[in-house]
Amino acid sequence: MPTNFSLNGKIVSAKSAGDTPLLWVIRDELGLNGTKFGCGIGQCGACTVHVNGAPVRSCQTPLSTVEGKKVATVESLSTNNSHPLQKAWIAHEVPQCGYCQSGQLMSAAALLTSKQNPTDAEIQEAMDGNLCRCGTYNRIRAAIKTAATEMRNQA
Amino acid sequence: MKLSRREFLINTTVAGGGLVLGFHVPELIKAVEKTLVAGTVHTPNAWVHIADDNTVTLISARSEMGQGVYTSMPMLIAEELNIDLAKIKVVIAPPDPVYTNALLGAQITGGSTSVRDGWEKLRIGGAQVRTMLVTAAANEWKVDASQCRAENGEVFGPGGRKATYGHLAEAAAKLPVPKDVVLKDPKDFRIVGKPVHRLDTPSKVNGTAEYGIDVKLPGMVFASLEQCPVIGGKVKSFNAAKAQAMPGVIDVVEISDGVAVVASSYWQARKAREVLSIQWDEGPGAKLDTASMMAGIHAAAATAKVISIKKTGDAAAVLAGATKTVKAEYELPYLAHATMEPMNFTADFRGGKCLLIGPTQFQQGAQGAVAAALGIKPEDITLKTTFLGGGFGRRLELDFIVQAAQISRAVGKPVKLLWTREDDMGHDYYRPMALHRMAAALGADNKPTALTFQLTSQSVTQRAFGLAKDTLDPFMAEAAVAPYAIPNATHDLVIHDTGLRVGYWRSVSHALNAFANESFIDELAAVAKQDPYAYRLSLLGSQPRFANVLKLAAEKAGWGSAPPAGRSRGIALMEGYDTYMAQVAEISVEKNLIKVHRIVVVADLGRMVNPDTVEAQIHSSVVFGLSATLHDQITLKNGRVEQTNFHDYPVLRLHETPPIDVVLVASTEKPGGIGEPATALVGPAVANAVFAATGKRVRKLPLTPENIARA
Ligand code: FES
Ligand code: FES
Repeated sequence: MPTNFSLNGKIVSAKSAGDTPLLWVIRDELGLNGTKFGCGIGQCGACTVHVNGAPVRSCQTPLSTVEGKKVATVESLSTNNSHPLQKAWIAHEVPQCGYCQSGQLMSAAALLTSKQNPTDAEIQEAMDGNLCRCGTYNRIRAAIKTAATEMRNQA
Repeated sequence: MKLSRREFLINTTVAGGGLVLGFHVPELIKAVEKTLVAGTVHTPNAWVHIADDNTVTLISARSEMGQGVYTSMPMLIAEELNIDLAKIKVVIAPPDPVYTNALLGAQITGGSTSVRDGWEKLRIGGAQVRTMLVTAAANEWKVDASQCRAENGEVFGPGGRKATYGHLAEAAAKLPVPKDVVLKDPKDFRIVGKPVHRLDTPSKVNGTAEYGIDVKLPGMVFASLEQCPVIGGKVKSFNAAKAQAMPGVIDVVEISDGVAVVASSYWQARKAREVLSIQWDEGPGAKLDTASMMAGIHAAAATAKVISIKKTGDAAAVLAGATKTVKAEYELPYLAHATMEPMNFTADFRGGKCLLIGPTQFQQGAQGAVAAALGIKPEDITLKTTFLGGGFGRRLELDFIVQAAQISRAVGKPVKLLWTREDDMGHDYYRPMALHRMAAALGADNKPTALTFQLTSQSVTQRAFGLAKDTLDPFMAEAAVAPYAIPNATHDLVIHDTGLRVGYWRSVSHALNAFANESFIDELAAVAKQDPYAYRLSLLGSQPRFANVLKLAAEKAGWGSAPPAGRSRGIALMEGYDTYMAQVAEISVEKNLIKVHRIVVVADLGRMVNPDTVEAQIHSSVVFGLSATLHDQITLKNGRVEQTNFHDYPVLRLHETPPIDVVLVASTEKPGGIGEPATALVGPAVANAVFAATGKRVRKLPLTPENIARA
């Protein structure tokens, strides 16, 4: 039985078995490659997406659990890099190899929807589950603050 | 003494190398370009391709793995070509001798060599094409070339004449490539040396950057490979009946490294792999365990043949007659690379030809290894390099590429092979474990009069490039000789094969040797009852670049003043990759648990191409080195690697990452490498700070609470 849910605002119907991790459904069946595989056990955050606005590890999320829900991936931020987080990531030159960055951006996006002016401690808590083997952490911290400022000014 | 890694590799790599005169444009580049531009592509030389529609494509002969070559290599070409970086496209080069890294003798991305190798070569490449475009314009306008100049994608001539590069490209490409070109005076640089926005960043913030894991080919199937839990073990027999019956499974095939399940999706392949039943011949590796391997290293250090790295005076005699001597041994564990993107490659072997697409640091190696494995000619292999989700030396290895090609051959379809994190952790080429035995004699003035340094470890170069036994592995001698003036010094190497396969790991032996040297000089300062900074400085003699970075680091870190309450500082100094570097770590220790509060890095790397990337690379190297310093070790039991994923091989997280203050020394010296040295130096800086904090000299990495407690 197909699983129906909203992916970046579009209703999709996925045929993969219900116990397939959402990560592989998004990537291999639905063809959106931005969400990455890093560990498969919820340790690295490379696969972070939003389900009904909350950040989740898609490698730990069976397809069947998102029936009727809203799923958003890095591709939902914008395709033209106009989202304040994408702009801040570019301004601070955050990515190195870039592999972890989709997950970093989605964790940061979830943080900024709940906290308009996150403290260092709040940034740390929201971002600590996202590994970056290239060590871009200090620029991530700075870029989140820049994006938060822009989003507050826009509001 | 400068040891030549280059000469060694030039003589031994499968690829051969050296300066290639003339060139041909690899077909694959043309194919790639067809997808980027309309119209005919003209190729004045191997670095610059210009299409009729005025699109300029610059070639990066190095793989982009985070270090920024996708931007810095084109910057060097564009500087002399006089073109705006915003107007160019970038293609990563396919395997071809013209793209050989002259510092390593093959088309390799590694060893912090990209800028050092490309510094002149790429500027010459740009200047050649600029000259050809100007000549083409002068010919067309029937004026003298000296009356024309190239500027921002156009050539301007007398009487207001102008023509675009695109218009001139066809004629320019037919001209001979000029032998002698005049390069800009660096003071006239407009791109090089300025902080430039990276050309790959836009694609890395919206999910469109293509990594190996993202490759898709028409009709492609997915593979998951079960390898022997003991590295080097072979399949004895297997039963695939259950796996074959699982949904989506297309085939189950045996290749040299194991049994692969091939399915119509990755997850189906992975699920079916779980129900394979395989009997392994585990081979000699089944006996390996870390404690006995370290015991083997100690035994070899005491008895095996010694290879001399450097000898000055007679250290043994001075030590024998000395009244004040200091001895110490340092141990380093195996380490995994743990790139964020697990190993993967896509291969399509049909009709005697093989297409390979994926993340690699060694294009010609991939071509050669797959050709040998499939019994075809290297020319029958085309290879496209994607972005690399991290490299750190792991993607110099070719195992996963050969596996993908073998699986594709077995099923006759394009295949994407993707490893799990557990595959990656358990089947790495690990940084070798190491033992340093150090001894020094101090004179009446407490300065060292003699030093003996002995490293015992395994040679990566013997395995990877067939270095002859009992010869010096130049990669193992990196940073072995510290800059301090010691009249009698013996530096020796013992090469001991522990039985586990080993690989080059970010900063290679700099990390091993700097830990021993910079810990030991700190020990000598303590015995001499001198400040570790002042003691180092007093031994530097007339080496201004060393003295300068050391002084600047002390200044920036506030070495002269007391650290904030509860904190302590440690300092370390090294030259690596032609870069001079000093670091200060500021830490606190509570219940044997280290908290790093701040790292100061001062680097003199000569001229820089993109200073913003230089800073990013230093941050990256520090974080990478801190992971190893504080947490990481690979251990073996019954031949099996005990660590499996990030829960038991923890890499540094955001909350552990301290502020990192970077000071870059303005310099007109030739460029040094910056992808690695900071990784090597952070370990001793932190260990020396632990000594300052606790009085305990921890001589064994990682600096875990257990190792600190035992020190
Ligand atoms: S892949 Fe999902 S948390 Fe690592
Ligand atoms: S940018 Fe490479 S892992 Fe984060």
